[in-house]
Amino acid sequence: MATGTRPGTSPGTGPGAGSGSPGRRGTGSGSGPGRGPRRGPAARLVALLRPRPGSRPAYGAGIGAALWLLVVCVPLYYLVATSLRGPGDYMSQGPLSVPETLTLDNYRNVFEVGFLGFLTNSLIVAFGAILLVLLVAVPAAFAIVRSRSRAVRISFTLFLLGLAVPAQAVIIPIYLIITRLNLYDSLPAIILPTAAFTLPISIVVLTSSLRDVPGELYEAMALDGAATWQVFLRLVLPLSRPGVVTVAIFVGLNAWNNFIFPLVLTQSESNRVLPLGLWAFQTQYGTDVPGLMAAVVLSTIPILALYLFGRRHLLSGLAAGFGK
Amino acid sequence: MRTSATERPGFVWVAPALLFFGLFGLAPVLIVGYLSFTSWRGLGDPEWVGLANWAALPGDGQVRGGLVITMTLTALCWVTQTPLALAFGVWSAGPQRVRAVVSAVFFLPLLLSTAAIALVWKALLDPNFGIPAQVSEWLGLSHSNVLGHSSLALYAIVFIVLWQFLPFHMLLYQAAARQVPRSLYEAAELDGASGVQRFLRITVPQLRHTIIASSVLMLVGSMTYFETVLLLTAGGPGNATRILPLHMYNQGFVAFEMGYASAIAVLLVILGTGLSLLVVRATGYSRMTSQREGM
Repeated sequence: MATGTRPGTSPGTGPGAGSGSPGRRGTGSGSGPGRGPRRGPAARLVALLRPRPGSRPAYGAGIGAALWLLVVCVPLYYLVATSLRGPGDYMSQGPLSVPETLTLDNYRNVFEVGFLGFLTNSLIVAFGAILLVLLVAVPAAFAIVRSRSRAVRISFTLFLLGLAVPAQAVIIPIYLIITRLNLYDSLPAIILPTAAFTLPISIVVLTSSLRDVPGELYEAMALDGAATWQVFLRLVLPLSRPGVVTVAIFVGLNAWNNFIFPLVLTQSESNRVLPLGLWAFQTQYGTDVPGLMAAVVLSTIPILALYLFGRRHLLSGLAAGFGK
Repeated sequence: MRTSATERPGFVWVAPALLFFGLFGLAPVLIVGYLSFTSWRGLGDPEWVGLANWAALPGDGQVRGGLVITMTLTALCWVTQTPLALAFGVWSAGPQRVRAVVSAVFFLPLLLSTAAIALVWKALLDPNFGIPAQVSEWLGLSHSNVLGHSSLALYAIVFIVLWQFLPFHMLLYQAAARQVPRSLYEAAELDGASGVQRFLRITVPQLRHTIIASSVLMLVGSMTYFETVLLLTAGGPGNATRILPLHMYNQGFVAFEMGYASAIAVLLVILGTGLSLLVVRATGYSRMTSQREGM
């Protein structure tokens, strides 16, 4: 019955989790259940011997989790296995059988139907949206936290109201605006609305990470005679970094996965992004399921890499603004 | 420049964000209202037609049907996602290594886009080469076309939505469960409370804000099921899965009746916004600090 350290994800994932719960910090280093600061050794021993809450087997949840594990894994196995099958193998073998021969032909075919172009477009859209959001959201969050102006307060309320606007429901006026700006069927046509609809949550996340900065820091800089923009560059930018990472991932994922904006606002193949490319592939080569699965795998690899190397950041970006 | 008042950033720091969001986020809400009183084919200028679109709405069977299907789908999704997300979220918040590993796998569907998930499941449910074909062969059933079945199709979508969104809500519950002060459990354990009792008496009440937030996000998110439905069944078979957002999309971008589609859209904005205002209230900014009240 070890005092298990929390593996992988640190305690208090999620944006702004740092502000809460002092007793939940330490991973390992002997910080067992009895984490109160002034406990005698005897009390600590008792606490150590007692099973940690939640550490005893929870059979019901355990069985449920095992079942769900199966439900999660079967489609993922199918996805990878099918992407490696030859066409004959797909037709003759069962969907969940182990492929008899493995081939990378499907992946090669995907590259031949323009995958790299779709990938490039998706990357441009994702980074364009991230850049645009950060460019306007970080200064806005700074003002919202520090300003006493009424106009700023009203603006913040408008952003909060904006949280409530479902993008799908206003796709027709967005189409109107994009066509009037002569942007129809271009990458900016996707970038602009994507950035706009991720902006409210981004501002909420950045604002709450800047709220944790003690006012004395600002006042100290003001006493040194620093101008507002100097405060912004030397204090706000460095301190908002965790929020910026969360926002960047949140916006990037939204742009990467978005389907409705590209569907409605672009049409030519040269402006096609990945999700639309997958759909077009399915419509064009309907019977080539192994090829489609290879395309799905390829389109997921960048996000998978992000998950493997920055899991905590990815998850906090996913739950942006709501992870608390 | 000694007075701190002069050092505070002014409106000009918010203005770019507000202008940008105003144009692409807020103006569309007003414009969609305007368009709902016009006839517009997507080209040229919208033409004012007064209440014609609105008058046509009640007589449109697909609007009424779509409303019912949308609400059914939303309710089924809530009923399936909430208990599972709560249970798995709390379970995965435990300190055991195996739970961390398993929940890392649970999160994998989050990495796939809606389009990818819909297309994988469409292939997996293929009547000839998918799982139903094999299962019906084993069981001697005649029906292997799940997505072409008038009542199974909707359940299939509920299941796929569950597969896609469960990890997100699990993530919310996991993060929240880790914030529950351990001292509560220790006290309950001294009092001899069982695991189930601790879950019902401590965990669930402590997570009430998360339950509300997650539920409302699900209700609002039901708008995004549109993409899944479009890719999987396109509303079929017949109208069995034709949810209201899909009806709007078809009217607007297939039939190019954008004025009429805007009237449906206003309906959706009212539904969606009404629900999302609850999000702001439930996850609300001002309440974030008081989540652990009583501690």
